Order: sequence, then structure tokens, then C-alpha cells
Amino acid sequence: MPVEVILKTAFILLVVVGAFAPVITWVERKQSAVMQDRIGANRADVAGITVLGLLHPLADVIKLLTKEDVIPRGANRVLHTLAPVIAAVPAIIAYAIIPYGSTYTFGDHELSLVAADPDWGLLYIFAIGSIATYGTVIAGWASNNNWAHLGSLRASAQMISYEVTLGLSVTGCFMVFETLKLTDMATAQDTTFRIFGFVELLFGLSLPAWLERFPFTVPAWGIFLQPLGFLMFLTCIMAENKRPPFDIPEAESELIAGYFLEYSGMRFGLFFMSEFIEVVVIAGLVATIFLGGWSVPWVSQAAIVGTVEPVYGAGFANGLCLLIHFLTFLAKVVVMIWLQMLLRWSLPRFRYDQVMDLCWKIMLPLSIANIFATGLVMLWIRG
Amino acid sequence: METPTVLFYVFAAGAVASALGMVLNLRNTVAGAMNLVATMVCLAGIYLLLEAYLVAVIQIMVYGGAIVVLFLFVVMLLNLRGDTFPPGRLRLAKVAAVLLVLAVVGRGLALLTRALPEPGPVPEGFGGYALLGVALYTDYVLLVEMASLLLLAAIVGALVLAKRRID
Repeated sequence: MPVEVILKTAFILLVVVGAFAPVITWVERKQSAVMQDRIGANRADVAGITVLGLLHPLADVIKLLTKEDVIPRGANRVLHTLAPVIAAVPAIIAYAIIPYGSTYTFGDHELSLVAADPDWGLLYIFAIGSIATYGTVIAGWASNNNWAHLGSLRASAQMISYEVTLGLSVTGCFMVFETLKLTDMATAQDTTFRIFGFVELLFGLSLPAWLERFPFTVPAWGIFLQPLGFLMFLTCIMAENKRPPFDIPEAESELIAGYFLEYSGMRFGLFFMSEFIEVVVIAGLVATIFLGGWSVPWVSQAAIVGTVEPVYGAGFANGLCLLIHFLTFLAKVVVMIWLQMLLRWSLPRFRYDQVMDLCWKIMLPLSIANIFATGLVMLWIRG
Repeated sequence: METPTVLFYVFAAGAVASALGMVLNLRNTVAGAMNLVATMVCLAGIYLLLEAYLVAVIQIMVYGGAIVVLFLFVVMLLNLRGDTFPPGRLRLAKVAAVLLVLAVVGRGLALLTRALPEPGPVPEGFGGYALLGVALYTDYVLLVEMASLLLLAAIVGALVLAKRRID
């Protein structure tokens, strides 16, 4: 059993930290280049081979590792050194509870594709997220620089505000799926519901026969059951990540670089990396809670295994199902990363007061209204 | 020793060390606050070993996350540095601290000489959110509502006080 856990952890580290995060630094440059009609990152080469500019992340890492590591005069040495680690570690370990596949049986052995599966699943993410705040706050304070100090003040205010709304915006999903466990949430979405089924459920009317002839079904994904929750969750969690349009703590135009202004070399690299690792974590989370996780739309796990099993046997059926589910999950994660990059390059920055107004005056009342409405509808349907 | 026992001693040592770090870092309030966070996280680890999962997560979320961040926010807003606190102001507190430490050490020694009873079996679903939720919204629903009323009054009071300053 420990071997399996170690393998899963190593797999996550390799895929998310080792492969995804560096590649999306390239994706960010390339996508912005395409959107702004530039050619983009294409200069880094080994013996004249550029591989579409994919060598840029490698060049970045070599550059960061060989740069001088400066600790400014008057800075708190211990906290200045510690801050990038506090920022990066939560981002990496948050991925532990996101399932990248269902549970598959191979003979007597049950293989579930998730590193850790506690009952209190999503609460773990919130706890980790609240610790991540310290990385940015301490970084700004320990640098002994007024711009950095302002940046970390803004960061603490912004992150603590959005944490509240983040929790409330996803409460609707807790209610609909009746669980906090991410694996159970994904399993609950591996089914479909009829679009007009609510007419029968809510009003007790029977549907006309011509409507019944068309199979109007939708995957039972969180985005269809909790559309408002999806929008608010995405907004809040992007605000937690502090990327544009929510880059108030960094604010290049007013605070130069905000909280990590006094960092150089690989210490800066850790802040930079943790931002991109968080992009992957956000994509995985949103895909799991709102886009059905590993589930293939309209085709449930039982259907895949049931179709393949009589022909090729149970082991092959489960293996094929595993592969299909993993690729489906990967595709959803890539779509969510693309969406985050798109938003980052198409929306202008918010002003500080606009970020706070959005959180406390719009999102908070809306999320509470969402919980109330969800409760009402569930009471109505389930009696 | 088994893994849980080893983990317990690691977390316990961490909690005591970081608590001492908080008390001894009187001059550097931010370092003190960070030590407080470390104490909270170590305590959460001990709660996890006791299978009190929800308490552990709430310990990190509410105390480690929200409350100490607010401490830090205030400390940084005031920009307190070492010379803000003149020495010798806390003589009485030091006397009280020594007495308290003596009392705790004495109590601990008294406990060590006796054999502790074996822990009882853990009930089904212990430490999860489901049991707590059911208890809060059935048996203790009146208390929950009263607490929320108290918090609402506190929010309104804070708003009234802050509004006067802004106007």
C-alpha cells in the first residue's frame, strides 16, 4: 500500500510540478503573443532547434538558478528566506486530493487514482489555501521595502476576503452532491439528467409525448446544477491566485512588483512557479467540482466497462476505462487552464476598491442567495 | 515506536518550541505571529492523530488562517518595530509566567508518576462533519442562532463605530 501511495505522489509531482507548470509558462507567453498578434517566445534554441519555443522554460530555470540571490539590507533574513517556501509548498500539496480517475478493479486489487481521499476533502483545500496567505504576507513584510509592504497588506486583505466567498460559493455544490469528498463528487457527476425533468419534479405535470421522443439529457455536472456557483467559484479562486485581473498585490504599474519586489534568483522563481502550479490546481479543482472530473459526458463508467468486458475481459476493460478517464480529465484541465489564460490576457486590471466591492458587495450576497435558493429547490424536489 | 507515537512527539515538540518562540519574540511581533501559526498547525497535527479531523481542519482554517492573518494585518498596518515596546514594562507578567510554568511542570510530573488509562473505542463517524452538523442543527440549534445573533450585533456595532470615523 505505501508503495502505491508513493507512486501516486511521485506521479502528481512529475505531472503537475515537473511537466504542467513549466509548459504553461510557455503557454502563457505563446497565447498572449497570438492574442496580441506577435510571434512570441521562439528564440531559445539548442543547436538551432527551437521546438516551437518550448525550450524557454528550460532557459528560464537555468537563468534563475545562476542569478545572484540578494537579501536586502534591513530585511529579516529568516522570514525573507522562509517566505517563498511557505508560498510554494501549499500550492504543491493542494493537488493531493484531486482525483484524476475513478476506482478500478484489477482482480482482487482496487486501484483508485487519487493520492489522498479524506472525508473532509474540500476543507483540506481551504485550510491549505489559508496557510498560503502567509507566504505573500511575510514576503512583503520581511523585505523591508515600502512597495513590498503595501503589496503584502493588499494581499492579506484580498486573500482573506475572497476566502470567505470561496467557501460560500461552493456550499451549493456540497448540498447538491451531499458530500465534501472530491472522489464522491466526481462519481456523482458520472450520470445524466433530463433537461425538462424539472417540470415533472417541481410542478407535477407530465411532459407532452413529442418532447419525450427526443433524448434531451445533460451530464449531471456541477456547472449545470450550480451555474452561478461555477462563476463565483472560478472568480474567487482566481482572485486567491492573485493573477491579473486580480493582481492588486503585485500591481506592476503602481507597486512595481508588490510583495516579491525584493526577491531574485530561484527565490523569485519559487513565487513564479507557485503561481503557475496554482493555475493547474485551480483547473483540476474546477474540473472536478463543476465539469464532472474524470467522467466522460453521456457515457458512464459502468457503460464503458459493460461494453468492453464481454469481448476483451475485465482487466482490459478496466484498463481502457482508466486510460479514457485519465485523458478526459486531462482534457478538462487543459480547457480550464486555457480559460484562465484567456481571462488573464483579455480583462483589464481591477482597481483595489473594485476588487473589494466585487467581493463584499456583489459576490457575498449572491453566494448566500445561491445557497438559499439551492436549499429551497432541494426541499421542494425531495420533500 | 509506532508511526503515530513518533508523529505525536514531533508535533508536540514543535508545538512547545513554537509556543516558546512566540513568547520569547516579544520585540518582533511578526515573528511572534508566525510562531503562533506554527503552534496552531502542530496542534492540528495532534488533533489529526486523535481522529478529530474536523477540529484539525478548523484549527488551521480559522485560527491558523483567518485570525492570525488579521493579527498580522493589524501589526503590519501599525508597522510595529522593536523599539515600540520599551523594556521592563512587563515585570508583573514575567512573574506570572514563571509561576504558571512552575504550576504546569508540577502538574506534568504528577501525571507522569501515574499510569494513564487506555483510551476507549472511537464511535462510528467520529471527528467528521456529519455528526457535528446534525448535533448543531438539531439539539443545539437555539445556541447556534443565538451565536449568530451575537455576531450580527458585533458586526453592526463595528460598522457604527467605523462609520463615525469615516464621516
